[in-house]
Amino acid sequence: MKYAPALFGLAALVAWEAAVRIAQVPAYLVPGPSAIIAAFLADPSGLLSSLASTLLVTFAALFVAALVGVVLAVAIASNRLLAAAIQPWAVVLQVTPIVAIAPLIIVWVGDPFASLVVCATIVAFFPVFANTAAGLASAPAELADLFRLYGASRFATLWLLRLPAALPYFLAGLRISGGLALVGAVVAEFVAGSGGVASGLAYRILEAGYRLQVPRMFAALVLLSLAGIAINFGLGALATAVMRRRDG
Amino acid sequence: MLRIEQVGRRFGAVEALRDVSLAIADGDFVGLLGPSGCGKSTLLRLIAGLDQPDEGRVTWDAGRQPTQGEIGFVFQDATLLPWASAADNVFLPLRLRGMARRQAMPLVHASLERVGLHGFADARPRQLSGGMRMRVSISRALVTRPRLLLLDEPFAALDEFTRHKLQEDLLLLWQELGCTIVFVTHSIYEAAFLARRIVLMTPRPGRIDHEIASPLRPDAEARFDPAYAALVTHVTHEMQRAMAA
Repeated sequence: MKYAPALFGLAALVAWEAAVRIAQVPAYLVPGPSAIIAAFLADPSGLLSSLASTLLVTFAALFVAALVGVVLAVAIASNRLLAAAIQPWAVVLQVTPIVAIAPLIIVWVGDPFASLVVCATIVAFFPVFANTAAGLASAPAELADLFRLYGASRFATLWLLRLPAALPYFLAGLRISGGLALVGAVVAEFVAGSGGVASGLAYRILEAGYRLQVPRMFAALVLLSLAGIAINFGLGALATAVMRRRDG
Repeated sequence: MLRIEQVGRRFGAVEALRDVSLAIADGDFVGLLGPSGCGKSTLLRLIAGLDQPDEGRVTWDAGRQPTQGEIGFVFQDATLLPWASAADNVFLPLRLRGMARRQAMPLVHASLERVGLHGFADARPRQLSGGMRMRVSISRALVTRPRLLLLDEPFAALDEFTRHKLQEDLLLLWQELGCTIVFVTHSIYEAAFLARRIVLMTPRPGRIDHEIASPLRPDAEARFDPAYAALVTHVTHEMQRAMAA
């Protein structure tokens, strides 16, 4: 059971390679796994430095999204007027396609790295914000009563009850936002890359596409998938470790 | 200690309490007994100041509302902070009153010891049994040395053996500490064994039917007293009569 995904993946790769070889499909249409690996090995440092560049944008965006998300969640949890004022705009931000506003952001922000981070942050922001807001409201009513009974200040209730209660929700949101930050970074790079600024993996994919280096496109794509999987597992493991440490 | 005078409380269309009057003296051990929906928990929350009556009033003999820490409250669930150790949970009421940890810890440990949790100070709630969690909850309520201890069906979720032990310990604590206790229960056995004054309540709208004084001695042996069985029979009978009326 545990190895089922790996075995299925391996079988699919073998079938893919066999199909490409037997049908003699040219590599510029559909490269087999071996051609993709060869493309990666032809220029590992170029692709890996592009990956590092994309990941830098991803993690910067995730950090900003987490920070802004938590601050805004606390703001709407502590003030009804702020909640009414902020919440609809958070949804607007959530439903606006990033591809549509990325060119504007790139023009406005100017600095390429900063504009990529802003785009990826917009994509990554919502889950961590919405989850944290839900977590802040999740403290049991009886515990809130207990704090009231002992005359706890709003700050004490936030610090000793609401924020700790929100932690697992925040971590779950962070995990979703991690994947979205990568997506946002790549989308922003695509938009920026067509303007000639950027060195991330999306730019490598565009560049390879113009040159019809399809195996190299695939190699970059595989790196992106692996990065996404690693981020997802990494943040999942972080959540498990933090919760285990907290609750004993 | 306090008087509840002609108190009424509505939640929308539901009349939770109607014309409820009850005087509680220092040192009383009062059991509010009734089926679900008779407003007994609402009454307890009114006494604690967690809710306000629509009609009538709650007045205190001291002429003022009790200050923080003069009332201890134990909920049906232990309602502990899952991320905090037993000691930190018991520390919470003192912490909220601004007491420093170093100053509070002797009180916290004494309070844990009083409920038989010596050596479990560092355990997290997850590592404790249901009965032990409830002991932490009682210890937390007692750490401020409250004059009035309110308990809302505190043992309802425990198994029978644990429940008996905790009931007996509560009787001992009441005698040792000399505080006033008001508890809510839907168990006739629990009310008969613990309460010195058994207050019978009926639902829709929640009101007090009448009150029965317990003839039992407040100790563990009372369970084997024929008077206990007679009291249970009497209360059961009275409850049935009150519900039918």
